[in-house]
Amino acid sequence: MGLPFTVSCEHYGVQTTVPEKRSIDNNLTRVDKVFHNLVTLGAFFSMVVLAAIGGFLLYRGFEIFKDFGFSFITSSKWDIGNPEDTSTAILGIGAMLFGSVITAIIAVVISVPFAVATALLIEFYVPGWIKTILVSILDLVAALPSVVFGIWGYAVLLPLVEDWSVTIEHYLGWIPIFNVPSEIFGRSPLLAGLLLGLMIVPIITSVAREVYSQAPRELIDAASALGGTRWGALRAVVLPFGRSGLVGGTMLGLGRALGETVAVYLTLNLVFEINFKILASAGGNVASLIATKFGEATAYELKALMAAGLVLFLVTLLVNFGATMIVNKSRKIV
Amino acid sequence: MSISLQGTIGRGEFERALNFSVADGEVLAITGLNGSGKSTIIHTIAGLVPLRNGQLQSDNITWDAPDSKQWVAPEDRTCAVVFQDLRLFPHMNVISNVAYGLRAHGVSKDEARSRSTALLARVGLLSFETRLPNELSGGERQRVALARALVIEPRVLLLDEPLSAVDVTSRAALRELLPEVLGSFVGATILVTHDLGDVEALANHSLSLN
Repeated sequence: MGLPFTVSCEHYGVQTTVPEKRSIDNNLTRVDKVFHNLVTLGAFFSMVVLAAIGGFLLYRGFEIFKDFGFSFITSSKWDIGNPEDTSTAILGIGAMLFGSVITAIIAVVISVPFAVATALLIEFYVPGWIKTILVSILDLVAALPSVVFGIWGYAVLLPLVEDWSVTIEHYLGWIPIFNVPSEIFGRSPLLAGLLLGLMIVPIITSVAREVYSQAPRELIDAASALGGTRWGALRAVVLPFGRSGLVGGTMLGLGRALGETVAVYLTLNLVFEINFKILASAGGNVASLIATKFGEATAYELKALMAAGLVLFLVTLLVNFGATMIVNKSRKIV
Repeated sequence: MSISLQGTIGRGEFERALNFSVADGEVLAITGLNGSGKSTIIHTIAGLVPLRNGQLQSDNITWDAPDSKQWVAPEDRTCAVVFQDLRLFPHMNVISNVAYGLRAHGVSKDEARSRSTALLARVGLLSFETRLPNELSGGERQRVALARALVIEPRVLLLDEPLSAVDVTSRAALRELLPEVLGSFVGATILVTHDLGDVEALANHSLSLN
């Protein structure tokens, strides 16, 4: 087939000619080439910027890694010592790193159920016009500057969390993480985690919505036709189908929670010791450490802050990379 | 009478006026060309597509009557569907697929499992319980879909081209199995097909949409 020859169709007593093969090439047109180069340039530029940030932080913080090695990540003491003699300094971000992780975990634990419920509500329960309103509200919340969240958290959420903490400590104080002998509550990891949780709800909801919207409707129908209620059908089809996408969205939210600065700065007391008692008014995270110390840091301390920035940069990069891989995997399953 | 439909389905050039009823123990075959609305009838009875006008009743209970705004949700209709594309849940193994309808109707886990196992034995898939749908042949998947529909003991069984997605060997095996299964089914059966051989082998009555 495809060659210029004549086929005899004896059965019908007619002859027909097979048309000459068309020449098809996949060369890009000029416009396509320009567009291709433009987007390639844009993509590479993003990577160059990312590499430049990492390189800059490594260059500026290298001396700290050389002086303190792995203890910079594990140690919790932050003492600049004699500003004239850098050998007297003891610098470590262990407590801050722990604070970043614990507040981010609280944020994720609080936000995921809300995000899943919101995504299911928007995709499967509310009519179109309410869906539009809810999506707009979520987009608005996602676009709010973190300083607004921080001020709101400090002014509105702080007194509430203080009250809740007293109650939680009273009834659940036998659980180590809720046991606060000093009974000083307030600017605690719980408050910061709660605030971060509210901040990342839109991110997780957005990804969950996208994944849930791709769940096969015919399987939802099949579940209904077999006697499944709306919730039963969603539980049988949509939730398992969107599981890996939800994990990806959660990790994206985790990435933001780990790197959040101002909201944590305003709602968590900076104390250089590992605090796993989430109601106690002590903690901090790497980003808020940098924000707090940056203005009055000595030259050597500044290098330590750059090194802390690099650690945070790598942790966030790793989390986001993992999230992207999981989301892509879920898209392939779709 | 187990199921009766008197009304209109579809829109525009696909609109069809229908009037039929099927009694318990009977099999009505609906035949017609592609696009003639055969599957739409199945989806309408199952409650996945609303009736345009008229009335759909089962055992004198109105399932769908747009004029009087009566509507019974799909999950509350005593029918079960074997879809043309089967629609097995890909993440559930065979036993979970079959037991799904029972669990959805509030049957306990143990009872759902034992009833599902019994039905799988009846369709010859007892040793396939833990397999996923993508680990089965077309004929085996079809049997799972049949078991999944029958296990909930529906009053109306809706079969949408049950022999269309299988190879010749599986088709012959299913042609042997289906009369046996339908013969012991007490409710009404509606079989959608474009194969007149299926009509002869399986149905008591037929309705042509051509």
